[in-house]
Parts: sequence; C-alpha cells; structure tokens
Amino acid sequence: MSETKFDLAVVGSGPGGYVAAIRAAQLGMKTAVVEREHLGGICLNWGCIPTKTLLRTADVFTLINHAETFGIKVEGASVDLKKTVDRSRQVAGQLSGGVKHLLKKNKVTVIDGHGKLKGGGKLEVTKDDKVVTTLEARHIILATGARARTLPGLEPDGKLIWTYKEALVPDVMPKKLLVVGSGAIGIEFASFFNALGADVTVVEVMDRILPVEDAEISSLAEKAFKKQGMTIHKGTTVSDLKKSGGKVTATFKDKKDKTSTDTFDRVILAVGIVGNVENIGLEGTKVKVEKTHVVVDEYSRTGEPGVYAIGDLTGPPWLAHKASHEGVICVEKIAGEKDVHPLNTANIPGCTYCNPQVASVGLTEAAAKEQGYELKVGRFPFIGNGKAIALGEPEGLIKTIFDAKTGEMLGAHMIGAEVTELIQGYGIAKTLETTEIDLMHAIFPHPTISEAMHESVLDAYGKVIHI
Amino acid sequence: MPITITMPALSPTMTEGTLANWQAKEGDTISSGDVLAEIETDKATMEVEAVDEGTLAKILIKGGTENVAVNTPIAILLEEGEDASALEGYDAGSAPEPEKEKSGDSSKEEEAPKKKADKDEPKKAKDDTAPDVKGSSGPAPVSKKGERIFSSPLARRIAANEGLDLKAIEGTGPHGRIIKADVEKAIASGGAKAKAEAAAPKAAQSAPAQPQAVTPPPEGDYEEIPLTSMRKTIARRLTEAKQTIPHFYLTIECELDNLLAMRKELNGRSDEYKISVNDFVIRASALALKKLPAANACWGGDKILQYKDFDISVAVAIEGGLITPVVRNADQKGLAGISNEMKELAGRAKEGKLKPEEYQGGCFSISNLGMYGIREFSAVINPPQSAILAIGTGEMRPVVKEGALAMATMMSVTLSCDHRVIDGAMGAELLKYFKGYIEEPLTMML
Repeated sequence: MSETKFDLAVVGSGPGGYVAAIRAAQLGMKTAVVEREHLGGICLNWGCIPTKTLLRTADVFTLINHAETFGIKVEGASVDLKKTVDRSRQVAGQLSGGVKHLLKKNKVTVIDGHGKLKGGGKLEVTKDDKVVTTLEARHIILATGARARTLPGLEPDGKLIWTYKEALVPDVMPKKLLVVGSGAIGIEFASFFNALGADVTVVEVMDRILPVEDAEISSLAEKAFKKQGMTIHKGTTVSDLKKSGGKVTATFKDKKDKTSTDTFDRVILAVGIVGNVENIGLEGTKVKVEKTHVVVDEYSRTGEPGVYAIGDLTGPPWLAHKASHEGVICVEKIAGEKDVHPLNTANIPGCTYCNPQVASVGLTEAAAKEQGYELKVGRFPFIGNGKAIALGEPEGLIKTIFDAKTGEMLGAHMIGAEVTELIQGYGIAKTLETTEIDLMHAIFPHPTISEAMHESVLDAYGKVIHI
Repeated sequence: MPITITMPALSPTMTEGTLANWQAKEGDTISSGDVLAEIETDKATMEVEAVDEGTLAKILIKGGTENVAVNTPIAILLEEGEDASALEGYDAGSAPEPEKEKSGDSSKEEEAPKKKADKDEPKKAKDDTAPDVKGSSGPAPVSKKGERIFSSPLARRIAANEGLDLKAIEGTGPHGRIIKADVEKAIASGGAKAKAEAAAPKAAQSAPAQPQAVTPPPEGDYEEIPLTSMRKTIARRLTEAKQTIPHFYLTIECELDNLLAMRKELNGRSDEYKISVNDFVIRASALALKKLPAANACWGGDKILQYKDFDISVAVAIEGGLITPVVRNADQKGLAGISNEMKELAGRAKEGKLKPEEYQGGCFSISNLGMYGIREFSAVINPPQSAILAIGTGEMRPVVKEGALAMATMMSVTLSCDHRVIDGAMGAELLKYFKGYIEEPLTMML
C-alpha cells in the first residue's frame, strides 16, 4: 500500500460510509474507505436493495394472481425461487459495482480489510488477521453498521433458523414459516414469503405489529395481513426453538404465561439489531458505547477527538438514509462548510415495503399526545381516491397529525399502495416547517394517490371534500 | 464581466458595519491581496483585501458611510481587458442604496428574484413601522428596511401566536432563515424582551444608531460628537447589562506583600518577561474559577451554560472606548506566558487589530483601575458573562496583625455577580479562593 496518509479515513462502506467518503472527496479531502466485505454494506448487499428486489417479485406475483380482476386471464403462473433470488443478487451486485465506480470517480482510495483504531489518528487494516497497512488520518469516521440481534435460546444456525442473510437467499420455499419480530425487517420477509405461498406466522412481543408505527396503521396492517392468510401472535414471546428432523418446534408464551407450540420448516429471527462495536479499537479510547451503539453528539463526534461515528453504529433510527445524511453532515462540519445543521430525527421518514406498504414521518398520535400537544388529526381512506380505485388498490389510509396551536405537522402515517413513494412529500413539508395552511394551498395533481395526502390535511381541519 | 465587491462579514454575527475609508481609489490597478478599504465593526477596524485583480472602476459606497449592511455592493472591479463601457447597463444589484439590501446571498441567481420580491412587496414594506405578523403563517414579513425576512411558515405562526417580532430574531436555518427553533429560543430567552410591543428597544439593538428616548439636552453651546460603532456597542451592551442583569457586589481586601516579593524575584531572574500584578490577578481568577466551576458559567435564558475552559477577559482601555481581549485557558498557562500574551493582545487591541474570536467568549472579566490610584469600584458585567472583578490599587494601609497595628500593601477587589448564575455565597467563596491565591502566590504555582 503506497499511500498511508489521509485527511479522512472511513471504516465501512455502507450507505453512511461511502456517501461520507464521496462528500469528503468532493470537498477536497484526501479520503480512504476501509471495507472488509462488500462495497455498499448491508444496505446494498444484504438489506434494503435485495429485499426490495424480492418484494417486487412478490408484488408481480400478487398482481398476476389478481389478473382476472383487470380482465386478463393468466394460467399456471408459478414462482421460480432460484431466478427470484438470482435477480436479487444480480441487482445487489450491480449497485455494489456502482458504488465502486463512484468511489473511483471521486478518487477515494478503497482498502480491502478490517479497520481498527490504533490511537493518535492511526487506523490499522488487517486482512485474514494479517496487517495490510496502517493509515494515518486526521479524521476517522466509524461506519461499521450493525448486525442482527440474537436472543438467548434463539440462536440462528443458518439452516433451519435464519437471520435476514439466509432469508435473502432461500434454497427452498418453506411451506410453513415462523417470523420472530414484526419490525420492518420481519414484516417484509413475512410479506414476501406469504405472497409466494408460504404459511406464515408472525410473533411479536409488543401488543401490536410494526410497533414503531402509529397504532391505527399497525391495526390496519394486521387486518390486511390476516386477510392474506398470515397468522399473527401479538404480546407473545418465543421461549424455545427445538430442532428435530429438519423442522423446528417453537414454544410460544403469551402475556398470561400460557404456552403453546407449533412446528415450522424455517424460522426467521428479526428481533432488532446490535451495533458492530467490537474489534474496531474502541477500547482505551474516549469513545463511549451504550447498549452496543456509539454515543455521538449532533455532528457525529465521539468523545475521542478526531473520531466520529455515523449510521447504525450510533443511535436510532437505524435507516440507510439517516446514515447517509449523517455522513454528509459530519464531513461538512469537519470541512468547516457553512449552513451545516444537525439532523432532525423528527423529519426522517421510515418505509416498510410489505404489501400494503407502510410509511411514516414524525410523531405518532400517541407520542404527540404524550408530549402534551393538543391535536388536529386528519384521515383519508384510499376508497375516496379515484386513482387508488382505478389501480385496484382501494385499501389504504393517510393520517396526518397537527399541533392545533401552531399548525405544525407533527406526524404523518400512511398505509397502502405506493405510500413509500409519497411520504417524502410530507418529509419536505416538515423540513421546510410548513403549516396546515401551506399544505392546503399546495395543489396536488389529479388523478394521483397523492391527492389523498391533501385530503387528509383538509380532513384535520374539517374541510375534506371527498368523504 | 465586472466584479462586484460587497461588504464583507468580518465575524459570524456581523450584520452591518462602517465603511471607514477607502485605501484604493477609482482607477487604481488592484492585485489580489491589496488592501481596498477599512471596515469598522462594533469593536475593531479590519482591512478588506482584494480577492480578484483588475481595475477599481467605481466606488459605490463612500468612505465614512455608517451602517452598511453585509453583502451590500460597495465597489465594482473591472477585469483585465474590460473598459468602462462594460459598466454600462451593468447593475450591481442597484447598489447605491445600501439600506435596501441586506444580508441576502449575494450570488447573481438570488439577486433577480429578490429584487422582484422587493418590487412586489406592498408600499408599506418601506415603512418603518413593525411588520404585520398578526396573520396566520401569512405572507413573508419584511423588515423595516424593506427586505424580506426569510422565515418558515411555522416560525411565522409561532411568532404571531406569541406576539413576537421576527425582526428581533436571528435566523439559523438555511441561508439565515428563521426556523421554529430560533423562535422558540427567543421565547425561552426572556420572550418578553422580544415581544412586539417592546420592539422599539429591540430595534435599537439591531440598529444602535437610533437614539432611545433620552431627556432633551440642556441649552448651551455644544459640539455634537457622532457615535463610533464601538461607542454604540458599549452603550447598547452595558445598558442591557444594567437593565437585565441582577447585579450584586462583593468586596474583599487582599494583602499583596508576598505577591510583590515573588514578582520582584521572578522579574529579577530574566529579561524575557516582566510580570505585572495584573498577570497574577488573571491567573488567580482562572484558578479560583477552576476550584468553583459552577461560577464559570453564563446565563442562557432557560438554562445555565457552564463552560469547561477557564478563559479570562481583560478590559483594555483603547482610543475611543475599551475592549476585552481574552486570555484562553488561563488556568493552564504560567505567569510569564500570561504576561507576554496579555502584552501582545493589549498591543493589538490598541491598534484595533484584534480578531473577533480574540475578544469574544469567556464568562469572567477583569477590570483594573489600580494604576489610576482608584481604591475600589464596581464594574458593570459584560454580557453574556456572569461576573467581573474590579481591581483597585495596591497601597500601604494600616492593618491589624496579631492584635497590633502594622503596615501592609493592600488591594481591594470588588466582584460584580449576575445573581441568576452566581448566588451570594458562591460569589463569596470564589473571592475567598481568589484571595487565597493572591496572598499565598506560591499556591498558584501548584
């Protein structure tokens, strides 16, 4: 390795790390990225992108199964699992190649290996336990991401009991599948395998699925999934997984400590994530770790001068777009750029690509009430939206929550077709600090599902037209 | 394309300044780095250097013009090969009326819509009355100078609800836009101060030139002396200090004989420094604060900001006023280091060459009038600081020692405290530590 001195070294090339590196290079910093596995990180290779590819297959298949509704006769449609998975891998590979190209174009040095802080601005890179090089950088951004959390007694084996990683490359279609955890990751896999014909059971410890979403949305999602044939156990834990004869017998325990068992072909564990804080040289530094995540200030600075952390390695929400944005803010702050503002987590949208899709930004109604706001809440169902009906997607809801006193949009919650593409409209509105007036004055094109966004705001103030 | 030279912002908080004089004249050939003009801000005079090269074609704002808003075009530079004809039809943002432009972005793309917005504003925009904010999140308000105040709809709504005047609020959003957080901060930091009904004194703050209602001057011959930027700042800030900070005062006597003996010995050892009593005072203050970090704090409206560095501001009298250069981390510096740094800072202060970061910050000031024979006095706190120590002269005084009269060199010091941050007992404790260091100066060496 010829070059060892850099202005900035980034450990990890996920959506946080590679974006930070490119932005730094744009600002004239000599930048290196250390990546131990795939450029693009989990997001591109084992997360956001390959799951979306699989879910696209699920959507197409669902549509084909309903083709007759649209006047099309299709016979003998079936899913080729291998081709589905191959396409998912091909898309991930293509995008990873894209990241490689972008880094090269921006003259970012990519170093293959595992990065570890060595103190005094030094970063040791090892490959197969051999030291490849030691970099010196004035600034080091840790963007090592996170991995699936495991619970005692519920350890994945990669064969019968999967994490997201195995679930992304299934070799067989499980007839009966258990998904533990109903957050975004769990629900997306549940939705995918359910659509492709598996008998899916979802277990959630909380009293509703998609627990970070607004309760009303959770309940609508649950109804939709049940209608599709999913079994959902809420307020339930999995106390034991017993493997025998290529099957897994799960013991469930509900809130009243009542136990029951059921047997599955495969189990997917999706019970949260833990930060990758180990073996990156944090020991003996002033970097503070709390509950497996690195503690940072509003500009991603750790307690150790010159060391920063972004993305899933730090606090929630654990989303790719949060990581990227943090990376940019962190780098621009280092470079002394003007107009750099801390991230406002209330303006970060979250999307879940199950069917029906779920998307939200800001506070839930319960959280807003808890914070003492007096609320104006608007709701608009897709059944009142012409485009949704034309698309054959009449099930959905857009809910908006305003502070009655100031008209501030506190939160927006959506379920239904294409809502993951719609939520950014409210994201912009929130970022620009619009009030209900501005949203009422905004003109939404007809016919689009986005009109439901307008109507929901109108409904909050008693001016709704189409219900 | 002719290049427009605009009024620079010499510090992050500067919104306007006085274009003191031009060092270059029309027709001069300018190279990058040449000094074009001198700008006077609240506290210092600074030079404007040329970035581009060319010929200074036209001076748009004459030397001696006050209250020139940041980013106002002040001159036009012609690039090599261009002649005066290039100026024809060239519009430097209708520059000659600086009071119409303000801190907007000076980039060309922004100019056009902004000017249009100016024109589109109703006539009342130019009116000096407070902007109409009573509507909901309504139209963007305009400042008294006619330019649009950029603010988010939500910020406007909250300000209207609270009866706040947006003019009085500093925006921290993109391009200085006023956002919700700014309005909330204004509410938290004594919203009453920024309430629209109190807009007059607040306006005086943003435009200190406007005299506040003062008693008419007595009859008689007098010479009218215009206020310098520094005088305006002193007037504004110290008035604010006396009106808003609940001051109280604590005086204590310190015996100086040990300190003077030590000073004599130290100064006898080398010619590389000459330590003054004031240098001891700076270090003793920093060490006393370090012992009582709760006092190393500023009032933050809805919170107290306790600082981690022990920075000591020292009032230095300069022509036309005073300025307070800061000795940073005085607790970590030796006496010789403090002494040399102070000499250097005071020297540049007198030349008006201090950079803003050299006189801003810190929670604690020292004001020393001992050299004038002043025995003791009470100083006004320099906001946003929370304390100032007034140092009197060191003089021989009769004192009672072990039941008998004796002579000792004594110095009276008076601490002015902001009661919102420092209570009586805390202030007293701080002075006790200070006295300890002054009377046993060897302990300062630990």
